[in-house]
Amino acid sequence: MSQYNAPLRDMHFVMKELAGLEQVVQLPGYEEVDTDLSDAILEEASKFAGNVLSPINFSGDQEGSKWHNKAVTVPAGFKEAYTQFAENGWTALACSPEFGGQGLPKLISTAVNEMWKSANMAFSLCPMLTTGAIEALMTAGSDALKQKFLPKMVSGEWTGTMNLTEPSAGSDLAAVRTRAEPQGDGSYKIFGQKIFITYGDHNMTENIVHLVLARLPNAPEGVKGISLFVVPKFMVKDDGSLGERNDAYCVSIEHKLGIHASPTAVMAFGDHGGAVGYLVGEENRGLEYMFIMMNAARFAVGMEGVALAERAYQQAVWYAKDRIQGTELGVRGGPKVSILKHPDVRRLLMSMRSQTEAARALAYVVAAAMDAAKHHPDEAVRAANQAFADLMIPVVKGHSTEMSIEVASEGVQVHGGMGFIEETGAAQHLRDARITAIYEGTTAIQANDLIGRKMAREGGATIKAVIAEMRKLDAKLAAQNGADFVAIRKRFAAGVDALEQAANWIVAIFKDDIKAAHAGSVPFLRLLGIVAGGWQMARAALVAQEKIAGGDSDPFYAAKIVTARFFADHQLTKAQGLTDSIVDGATGTLALAEELF
Amino acid sequence: MKVLVPVKRVVDYNVKVRVKSDGTGVDIANVKMSMNPFDEIAVEEAVRLKEAGIASEVIVVSAGVAGCQETLRTAMAIGADRGILIESDADLQPLAVAKLIKAVADKEQPQVVIFGKQAIDDDSNQTGQMFAALQGWPQATFASKVVIADGKATVTREVDGGLETLEMALPAVVTTDLRLNEPRYATLPNIMKAKKKPLETVKPEDLGVDVAPRLKTLKVAEPAKRQAGVKVADVADLVSKLKNEAKVI
Repeated sequence: MSQYNAPLRDMHFVMKELAGLEQVVQLPGYEEVDTDLSDAILEEASKFAGNVLSPINFSGDQEGSKWHNKAVTVPAGFKEAYTQFAENGWTALACSPEFGGQGLPKLISTAVNEMWKSANMAFSLCPMLTTGAIEALMTAGSDALKQKFLPKMVSGEWTGTMNLTEPSAGSDLAAVRTRAEPQGDGSYKIFGQKIFITYGDHNMTENIVHLVLARLPNAPEGVKGISLFVVPKFMVKDDGSLGERNDAYCVSIEHKLGIHASPTAVMAFGDHGGAVGYLVGEENRGLEYMFIMMNAARFAVGMEGVALAERAYQQAVWYAKDRIQGTELGVRGGPKVSILKHPDVRRLLMSMRSQTEAARALAYVVAAAMDAAKHHPDEAVRAANQAFADLMIPVVKGHSTEMSIEVASEGVQVHGGMGFIEETGAAQHLRDARITAIYEGTTAIQANDLIGRKMAREGGATIKAVIAEMRKLDAKLAAQNGADFVAIRKRFAAGVDALEQAANWIVAIFKDDIKAAHAGSVPFLRLLGIVAGGWQMARAALVAQEKIAGGDSDPFYAAKIVTARFFADHQLTKAQGLTDSIVDGATGTLALAEELF
Repeated sequence: MKVLVPVKRVVDYNVKVRVKSDGTGVDIANVKMSMNPFDEIAVEEAVRLKEAGIASEVIVVSAGVAGCQETLRTAMAIGADRGILIESDADLQPLAVAKLIKAVADKEQPQVVIFGKQAIDDDSNQTGQMFAALQGWPQATFASKVVIADGKATVTREVDGGLETLEMALPAVVTTDLRLNEPRYATLPNIMKAKKKPLETVKPEDLGVDVAPRLKTLKVAEPAKRQAGVKVADVADLVSKLKNEAKVI
């Protein structure tokens, strides 16, 4: 089994050459940051990821978290790793300096978070959820609540959870039934059950801060009647010390396909008289606050896709180099060779590599847009970046995660029979990847968001602008010499044509036949993911070509052009097929009478 | 008490280097560079001395190309207080480096200089010893334990027969072995602080040191490929082969 080795070369390339790190660190608010600092942070994070988190990934999966008597114990090594992770300041990376964070750009935290996710996805979920809880409190919490909880959450001494889902309220949160009763002293008592609560209980920290969606008495039905509460595992006294145990217990954990080390809790609030909670923000605005954080959370899960694809690729390359089987095609009586010599293994590895690099490039570009959307001095630039990020976040989430499942499956295939055996570690990546296309909004939810809120609602303005931007690359591609660029240009142009055709169709039909539009929504999300990935790979190839022309002999650049060409020939070629499915496929999807299922 | 730690920028230990086709050296273009691991242990030891209240200041010094700044920043992220870069594009050999460090030591007056015992690129294992000789200071090489008290350094050394303990009067030179300590991971706040710590750049000329190479590399070649082994029938066969073919006994 291979250990994780952060792809620093590609990360630096994407950050600097495609996502514009130089421009990002010059944005107001990032005065403390420069590219050298970014390099130093990535370097140290890569050591921690490779040497501390990666070695407990497989063992954590095998052992899993354990539940006993309403408490969860994480697998061996997790508590120590978490303590070190927090002590070394990694939990505070992107948090506000106001509460002890470092306030670093999204672009940098995105690369660093990719490393945690690749090294040990199940581990990384705990700090990820804590970040979500911190952002919720930052967004809507009163100063008193912020002072009480944020410093210790930012420092990682306490972790956070997000309690949204209930047995009958999954994708449809309007159905939340958990109740909150005012106590007259400003606090509330919370009653109800929440499921799928990541790190809802664990033994890594002395306290856990739960954020819980619940209904107040007489709250309106539906989404406008849900409020957000903070419910600590142990009460926090005014001097900051811990008080009595709150009535919030983990009553079981789920047995899952993957992420075994991450405890997925069933949380019972108020079984023994009521869990004490405090209202976050205003009454009945809980879901609204959740939606403010939704972009960040969905983006983070999209990065899990990139990260798992990378890890699966590294494992497959390691095995392919090591595994000797058969002789090289065309070499009669030749020696036994590593399977890396076999064309189909090459195809699988290039498929994994090119899709991972494309997804990383797109995600980092979106991260840089999120930085500009928040910090750029010019309001028009902020708005344009926000629109781009809003459009692309469901794609980063939906496409990268679906891609990671396919890539991890290809990784298993490279291993042959050994990939089906847990000991090689390839299977874990496939199992771990499977959830990413489900939680934080399934791919269908992302696709609905994409074609509805992000496209139809604005008449396709942003997607049209993006397509126009993509087309600008054509002249640059045409100016390059060599067969690789001929292929990249041809396939990319065809991909953009296909994307435009499908986008126009979706925007046009959305009002007339909303079901037909939605029947094509997931294929459209994949289409945009592929073409946007091809866009970034074409940009990458152009930068590489320029470096080579300038005399740079780094083999990374030649490899980038080959990888971009592979992506063009093997992924962009799918674009027209997807468009055909979107435009013509709704009939077949919807025609069958329900009783025939 | 000041502690001086020389650090070297070397090819990362994970990189498999290739010999250049003309046999003049190894190809280090486009490969990852890092701090020499033995030097990292030296920095860690110095920082621990500071944390224990024994050292008042930890100064790191590196001789080499401008990229060594990155190595000095890494050392400052571990906890060194300031850095000195002796910038030179020349091929710096151990004697030249020892002289450069001597010039810095003369100015800074450290009580202890902690070197890594050797650098993983050329494996010379000479600079610390040469520096001690140039200064006329006592030296304890290959340290696995260092205790500093009452103006003395008590150093446990790893030697062939086991462990040897030496006591030296300060100022003194220590070179580190692998088991001296396990270097920490730099914390995020310290990485950010390292950026603001003072880093001074000087040239060999400023220090009055002639760094011209004294050694000439004739040829660099890959080690011979390992031959396939053979199965021996019995112990007698083994002994006979060791005697007559391998000629080792």
